[in-house]
Amino acid sequence: MALIELRAVSKIYHLGGEEIRALDNVDLDINSGEFISIIGPSGSGKSTLMHILGCLDSPTKGSVKLDGTEIASASTRELARIRNEKVGFVFQFFNLLPKLNVLQNVELPLVYAGCGFRERRKRALEALRMVDMENRANHRPMQLSGGQQQRAAIARALVNRPKIVFADEPTGNLDSHTGETILKLFHDLSQQGSTIALVTHDPEIAAVTPRKIEIRDGKIAQNVDARLSGQQVGPKFLVTQPSPS
Amino acid sequence: MHLLNAVWVGLKEIWANKFRSMLTMLGIILGVSSLVAMSALVKGMENGMKEALIAIGGLEKVRVEEQDIPVWQQHLADQAVGTTMNDVQALIRSAPLITMVVPEMRTRNITMTRAGKSLSPYNFIGTWPNAIELNQHVVAHGRMFNALDDENARNVCVIGTAVRDALFGSPEQIGREIIPVGEFVNINNQRFKIIGMFEHYESDQDKKRRMSETTKPPESKGTGPERSRGYGSMGSKGGSRSMSGFVFDLKNNTVYIPLNTMWLRFRATSGTSASGTGSLGRSSSSSTSGSTAEFLPDPRLSTLSVKIADIDKMDQALQQAKNVILHSHRGIEDFSFRTQENWSDGINQAIKNARMSGGIISAISLLVGGIGIMNIMLASITERVREIGIRKAIGATFFDVFTQILVESVVIAILGGLAGLFASNMLVKLLILLSPMENTPVITVDSMFLAFAFSVAVGILAGLFPALKAAKLNPIQALRYE
Repeated sequence: MALIELRAVSKIYHLGGEEIRALDNVDLDINSGEFISIIGPSGSGKSTLMHILGCLDSPTKGSVKLDGTEIASASTRELARIRNEKVGFVFQFFNLLPKLNVLQNVELPLVYAGCGFRERRKRALEALRMVDMENRANHRPMQLSGGQQQRAAIARALVNRPKIVFADEPTGNLDSHTGETILKLFHDLSQQGSTIALVTHDPEIAAVTPRKIEIRDGKIAQNVDARLSGQQVGPKFLVTQPSPS
Repeated sequence: MHLLNAVWVGLKEIWANKFRSMLTMLGIILGVSSLVAMSALVKGMENGMKEALIAIGGLEKVRVEEQDIPVWQQHLADQAVGTTMNDVQALIRSAPLITMVVPEMRTRNITMTRAGKSLSPYNFIGTWPNAIELNQHVVAHGRMFNALDDENARNVCVIGTAVRDALFGSPEQIGREIIPVGEFVNINNQRFKIIGMFEHYESDQDKKRRMSETTKPPESKGTGPERSRGYGSMGSKGGSRSMSGFVFDLKNNTVYIPLNTMWLRFRATSGTSASGTGSLGRSSSSSTSGSTAEFLPDPRLSTLSVKIADIDKMDQALQQAKNVILHSHRGIEDFSFRTQENWSDGINQAIKNARMSGGIISAISLLVGGIGIMNIMLASITERVREIGIRKAIGATFFDVFTQILVESVVIAILGGLAGLFASNMLVKLLILLSPMENTPVITVDSMFLAFAFSVAVGILAGLFPALKAAKLNPIQALRYE
């Protein structure tokens, strides 16, 4: 069974009497441990797809199963719980809370999960270690560089051991070098077993992932798994450091 | 999210916007402190009035007073005898709901002199020994005159401290308390022996103040302002004394002499040469019988005070007394009853009004404070739409966000409430300094609890709408919000 199963999912908006199909009858399976990219120009519906996959939104029609649970008809309260326990988000603008330090930002999902103080601290430090940010735990987001902020945001996405991490244009606000290190981090995390979905409009970034899902006009235009076709995956920086698998 | 955690987050948020939060709290602070200070003032008033009420004899005391004869009995006017000892005997015999009857004869234009000092006492009353019980007098030195003194119409008197102050000097002037028991004074040129003196009556506040003054070192005594508690010097105090203080002043300015002494020495037109035909009580039955009436002094009583057995049976007792007195007055209704209830009703009404107006003022300021909180919370959530979006994206539920905002609002209100309680204590201290006389404001624990509860309630009410608004935010739109 796939981690995420989308069946005939549509998302329809009504704008001034006009019907806009942001997603039109989409079928999609994502398996556990996959590293995928969702690519498409702006307005293609890729953000809507991510919102539905990430339980931020419910589809108008169709069925969405995350880890065996039907979420298309879930209440906002249940969606909040699923987001908290099974999904991690990384945003283009990092979206760290400026009043909290890095550690507190990373702890935040655990606070909403009702985790005890010691457990929270332990797991937050663990997550920071995974992104190599342990030594910045007591810094405020404003005291960090963009790359460091994004690492902290990734740690926050990972802290409650989610089933899947969604990264919405994670390199969009970073210079290309920092962007590369972030992508490498995602790659490494994927190697360690995390399921990661990158949402981007940039084909170069999408080239990092073995599987690419291209969205156009609310439909899946292309669903390519490089491993199946035997292609070499990823740009140079990944090739020069071949992964152990 | 845990509630304690929410409180912690709320405190941090308030700390992050210190100035703004303080301005917001100011509304609550004013509301709470005005509520507490107002109720302290009213309480002070109430205490003063209650003391005064007890000092003048309590609610059980009823006075029988002369009244103009009603129109339909005008033709009987010459038959009216007024209130006399007949009524006293009749009430004692026939009115079981009345436990005590005290006849009083007052005389005006009395001058007491001693060694060049003189005084016109406000209350110069000839009465029975039981008057001290009815009027809540306490004889501190010497004794009250007794039935024998009355029977023999002896020239003895019991005085209040204000009379002592005027004739012998007050403790403040002399430096020690003079107890004039055994001394003689002239009352309208008749020699009277002082056989007793009442204690000094004062309100609790005065007493406390006096106590604290006596603990001061003695050298301050000479330099301090000269104060007299006598009625005669009332004017010099600039009318700053309140109602209750006035009552105590009057009570101190009292001279009691036996009823028969009053009747024989001061009622008879020819003074001491009146025929001493024995006690008034015995002769009263024949006092209206023509031949002797011309030789007897005026037998009418100024007032007749009675004590009601049970305050709950006030109406029945008054009716009973009315029936008895009507009988001894040959059906002529030339008297009326004056109860302290009218007075206490008036006081209660005044207190109620003060409480009401103060309550409305406090309620309005609390309401304004609440509006301030709501306003600032609405501004705050608009500022933090993105933060709320982030929190929701990582798993905050409707309830989590709702609680967070509501707790923030309540925390502001609680801090404001606590600061308000502190401020009200300071305010009341200031009021006490400004007016060190009677009716000192008293802060009650009840009013503090009430004010605090109101401030918390205002915080909750003010937080509800902003919290609801924040919790209903759509996470996707909130995340996009710039």
